Amino acid sequence: MRFLRARTPEEALRLAEKHPDAKPLAGGTDLMVAWNAGRLDGKTMLDLSPLKAWARISPAKDGADVGALVTHARLMRHPEVLKFWPLLAEACGTVGGPQIQARGTLGGNIANASPAGDPFPPLAVYEARVRLVHAGGRRELAFLDVFAGVKKTHLAPGELIESVHLPHPPKPSRQLFRKIGTRAAQAISKTMMAGLLWLERDGAVREVRFALGSMAPTVKRLHAAEEFLRGRRLDRPTVDKAVELLAADVSPIDDVRSTRAYRLRAAQNVFRGFLEGRLGRS
Amino acid sequence: MKLTVNGKKRSYAGLPFKRLLDVLREDFGLTGTKEGCGEGECGACTVLVDGEPVNSCLVPVGQMEGAQVETVESLASAKKLSRLQSAFLEKGGAQCGICTPGMLMAAEAHRRAGGKKTRQAVCTAVSGNLCRCTGYKHIVDSVMAALKGRK
Ligand SMILES: Cc1cc2nc3c(=O)[nH]c(=O)nc-3n(C[C@H](O)[C@H](O)[C@H](O)COP(=O)(O)OP(=O)(O)OC[C@H]3O[C@@H](n4cnc5c(N)ncnc54)[C@H](O)[C@@H]3O)c2cc1C
Ligand code: FES
Ligand code: FES
Repeated sequence: MRFLRARTPEEALRLAEKHPDAKPLAGGTDLMVAWNAGRLDGKTMLDLSPLKAWARISPAKDGADVGALVTHARLMRHPEVLKFWPLLAEACGTVGGPQIQARGTLGGNIANASPAGDPFPPLAVYEARVRLVHAGGRRELAFLDVFAGVKKTHLAPGELIESVHLPHPPKPSRQLFRKIGTRAAQAISKTMMAGLLWLERDGAVREVRFALGSMAPTVKRLHAAEEFLRGRRLDRPTVDKAVELLAADVSPIDDVRSTRAYRLRAAQNVFRGFLEGRLGRS
Repeated sequence: MKLTVNGKKRSYAGLPFKRLLDVLREDFGLTGTKEGCGEGECGACTVLVDGEPVNSCLVPVGQMEGAQVETVESLASAKKLSRLQSAFLEKGGAQCGICTPGMLMAAEAHRRAGGKKTRQAVCTAVSGNLCRCTGYKHIVDSVMAALKGRK
């Protein structure tokens, strides 16, 4: 086990280039579980936690940039985040308990790429962009394009998450975050979802965005239902059809936490409630 | 490497990937902090780092350079228990006691952060802590009593 500590972003990039197989370490809430179980023996760790520049939430031209090292505890209480991206604040407040929130970071959460990352559905509907850096330069990916599969990302060896850009959304007519789990804190959820809806004056849908976690190997936007709903009024047959279309974009699994049928049913019920205005808030 | 533990400056020269939990117990002799699961699930190992509650089983000590760490030993003065500790005694907040140091530190973090004095807020504050004995009611009663300053 080698433990490298980066003091500045430049040093982090140099060390990551020199040791492309080193595991970046942020809050350690995922990595230390693996380490305690002996799964990281012999590995090199690159500790990013001293990088103050990556622990900031800063205003950007059309939104905000959230540094990779910003913790869930900060995000859930940050006034700007509560004002413009309340679904993200809410989701961060459901990550584990207070101890996990205090150390777990947004960058670590994304890089970990669990199908059950609570902040993922909000980041998907806010259309966040993830900024990646390596010794040779920077690139930006749309949030959904970061993921390659269960616990897999498209980050190259030596590449680090620097920050997450959140664009300001127009004020939604309705919004929702929902986590369906077993024990409120700590439990890995069965399903979580986030929705944003904008209505025209006449009640027709201008735009709707809905994302589901734990319903496929990676977080999913409901592209088929979203497209179908655009420009339509939310009457009974329209809602029925949209709820049916939900299944087109997900592939829930049976596992120890839940069954495929339960997950699909739970998600469809919440989606229906959201479209009918019974669930969610303005 | 230097850090502050319960107000005292300490130095540590061992392996950076040793868990803070083990350094506190083995190197610094502070055995008040307990290990339950070793996986971040139970909160028995909760200590405060720069005022925030963390699971010390999930922190490599190498990350604690310059940090202020507080353990359950910091709560009482030489002769007197803290109000929170007294409340746990009076209201039956502890049975076997394994979860108690972690519960106390999670509750202490809530108190210091000026957290709400409602049962719901207290439940959320200790939601990362498991207790297999009390059924939680007496724990919440204890914390509420301490927050409200009643005897
Ligand atoms: C008891 C418990 C409960 C949990 N509950 C939840 C929950 O309810 N919801 C949820 O979403 N998660 C949960 N988690 C998972 C975890 O806490 C979160 O995913 C957390 O945000 C991870 O962040 P971290 O900083 O601790 O990551 P670390 O453990 O430090 O790192 C995680 C992964 O990301 C990589 N990494 C970290 N930072 C970067 C970076 N800047 N660039 C590139 N790669 C990086 C690491 O190499 C590693 O592979 C739980 C964990 C535990 C132990
Ligand atoms: S021993 Fe650390 S959380 Fe259980
Ligand atoms: S008192 Fe025994 S675990 Fe809580």
